[in-house]
Amino acid sequence: MKQRLLAIIGLFTLVNVYAGDWRGYVEFEGSAFFENPAFAEQSNSDLSIAAQPEYLQEWNNGNDIFTFTPFYRIDQRDNNRTHGDLRELSWIHAADDWELLAGVGKVFWGVTEAVHLVDIVNQTDLVESLDGEEKLGQPMIDLSLIRDWGVVDLFVLPWFRERTFPSEDGRPRFAIPIDTHDPIYESSAEQHHVDFAARWSNSIGEWDIGLSYFYGTSREPRFVILPSAIDPVDGTVSEATPLYEIINQISIDLQAIYGSWLWKLEAYNRGGQGDRFAAAAGGFEYTFVGVHESAIDVGVIAEYLYDGRDDEIGSIVVTPGTPFSTSPFQNDLVLGTRLTFNDMQSTELLAVAIIDLEGNGQTFSLEASRRIGNDWVLALEGNAFSHISDDTSLASFKKDSNIRLMMTRYF
Amino acid sequence: MPPVAILPAILLCLLAVGAQAETAEEKGLAIAMEADRRDSGFIDYSNRVEMILRNKQGQESTRLIRSKTLEVEGDGDKSLTIFDEPNDVKGTALLSFTHKVGPDDQWLYLPALKRVKRISSDNKSGPFMGSEFAYEDISSQEVEKYTYKFLRDDTYDGMEVFVFERYPVDKKSGYTRQVVWLDKEHYKERKVEFYDRKDTLLKTLLLTDYHQYLDRFWRAHQMDMENHQTGKSTRLIQSNFQYQTGLSDRDFDTNSLKRAR
Repeated sequence: MKQRLLAIIGLFTLVNVYAGDWRGYVEFEGSAFFENPAFAEQSNSDLSIAAQPEYLQEWNNGNDIFTFTPFYRIDQRDNNRTHGDLRELSWIHAADDWELLAGVGKVFWGVTEAVHLVDIVNQTDLVESLDGEEKLGQPMIDLSLIRDWGVVDLFVLPWFRERTFPSEDGRPRFAIPIDTHDPIYESSAEQHHVDFAARWSNSIGEWDIGLSYFYGTSREPRFVILPSAIDPVDGTVSEATPLYEIINQISIDLQAIYGSWLWKLEAYNRGGQGDRFAAAAGGFEYTFVGVHESAIDVGVIAEYLYDGRDDEIGSIVVTPGTPFSTSPFQNDLVLGTRLTFNDMQSTELLAVAIIDLEGNGQTFSLEASRRIGNDWVLALEGNAFSHISDDTSLASFKKDSNIRLMMTRYF
Repeated sequence: MPPVAILPAILLCLLAVGAQAETAEEKGLAIAMEADRRDSGFIDYSNRVEMILRNKQGQESTRLIRSKTLEVEGDGDKSLTIFDEPNDVKGTALLSFTHKVGPDDQWLYLPALKRVKRISSDNKSGPFMGSEFAYEDISSQEVEKYTYKFLRDDTYDGMEVFVFERYPVDKKSGYTRQVVWLDKEHYKERKVEFYDRKDTLLKTLLLTDYHQYLDRFWRAHQMDMENHQTGKSTRLIQSNFQYQTGLSDRDFDTNSLKRAR
């Protein structure tokens, strides 16, 4: 613990010494839970500190860029959340009609607010945030061909990153702890399986379109209960093992902009995890600009979420060796609002409710942030779980309504 | 008189009538077109911008941005703006294609998520980075975005000036009208008054410290925007102008947006 702290302080000092080529942040975080935990190992509060410096070097008139972005977090409660990652270690070269990224990088695909269905290149760093927006660095070669008719990206992904999961002390976490040490791979090459992806994207008038194909190890695992995880005496299950299968997936992401209306759609069709299935998310965001003669913009968000999987834990009887998934949003409605204050402190607020249309409950999330002085940002996050039934994978989080306060120093 | 000899006389008469019949609207438009003509042909430029935001109590906050602009034949300019300060938005970048007619196209790059987000340009009346400059105040000024009306000849700060009004064509504009003081020598704006949707004076912009580039293009190095209704103000200081550095469309696409640092 002490060594880790020293490492972070060391990084921070380094950053200050070489200011100019360095940027990044140090974040202090505190979480509090409103109810006593569902599992004995969990606590009602958590403290954490994280740092993410970034080193940049540009040459050749900005056509070559070297980026180095390490990340480290220390968590008071959850050993799995105390973790480091190489977010980026990449070289980008830009030519007239092509670009190449080689190294560890991050790529984002998608348009919708509540879920990120088509965003598949990088693995989710789930211990960072349940919303799936934090990602692990992915080793890749990305060749980007820039043409009049759009941009074609060809990816070779030579190393697989396993998803991070909270430990037994983590909160929220799944009811059955996840075995993060010994996952099962469909491919005998395991993490060495070389994955491929291709994407075409273009902006045509008011439309932004992306069509993508992925072949390789699914970033999103299914899970199995191994016979060895079942107590022979009382039948309790000690852990679930991630199952990383080889999938093929085609996807589309689409956004149209008409005045204050943004129309969004993301959808994919995936084979390789049991029966072939599809998932989709679509909806709109409408923005009222400058309400009541003020500078405040108010956005209204509505999305519908569909997922064709029928192997979600909670909805099926789990037997040893039968894979199951943890995909809660099969038929859900998203309603949200975004307030942008447009003030000197860049105050923002986003509130989102996800309502299960089959009566399995609602989840609410709140994100608010405001700059303090020039270099600090104060952020508040809240998550609430309401009327969650036992027929969904969210049942594990029933008692985990929480607020999280973050003070981040940017440099 | 033979018909041929009479022609110049008729033409002269017509010209005189024409000059007299030039309405205030036509004269206002003619001034705007001349200002636009004098400012076209720069091809491309890049610069640095510092904004000092000051609230009613006198507290200050600074914004630093870098910007590149490409002139587009027959349409509005393309621009790429990279934010350097405050530190929490460092690396955020805005790509915008302005159009003479219709809404502008805008993409925002969020470096933390590596996400390019197409955004609506309907917020043109909204503050740019919390300053007293609205997006529509700093985006490229195209003749077609307003209608005009000449008011009077005047003197301002020792200069001969035209004073005219312009009326935004776009219903999403935050203004009913702007009154412009434009010097007759270089056709550059020296002062602009902005009237809000209720036609009440909202802001005054003073443009000073003009420098000439490529022996032709005049740029104000200092712009002071004062909001009369809130007491807040923003000083915008432009520097490091570099012209005709060989920028192309390729420097203004979503790939280059993702490479902005």
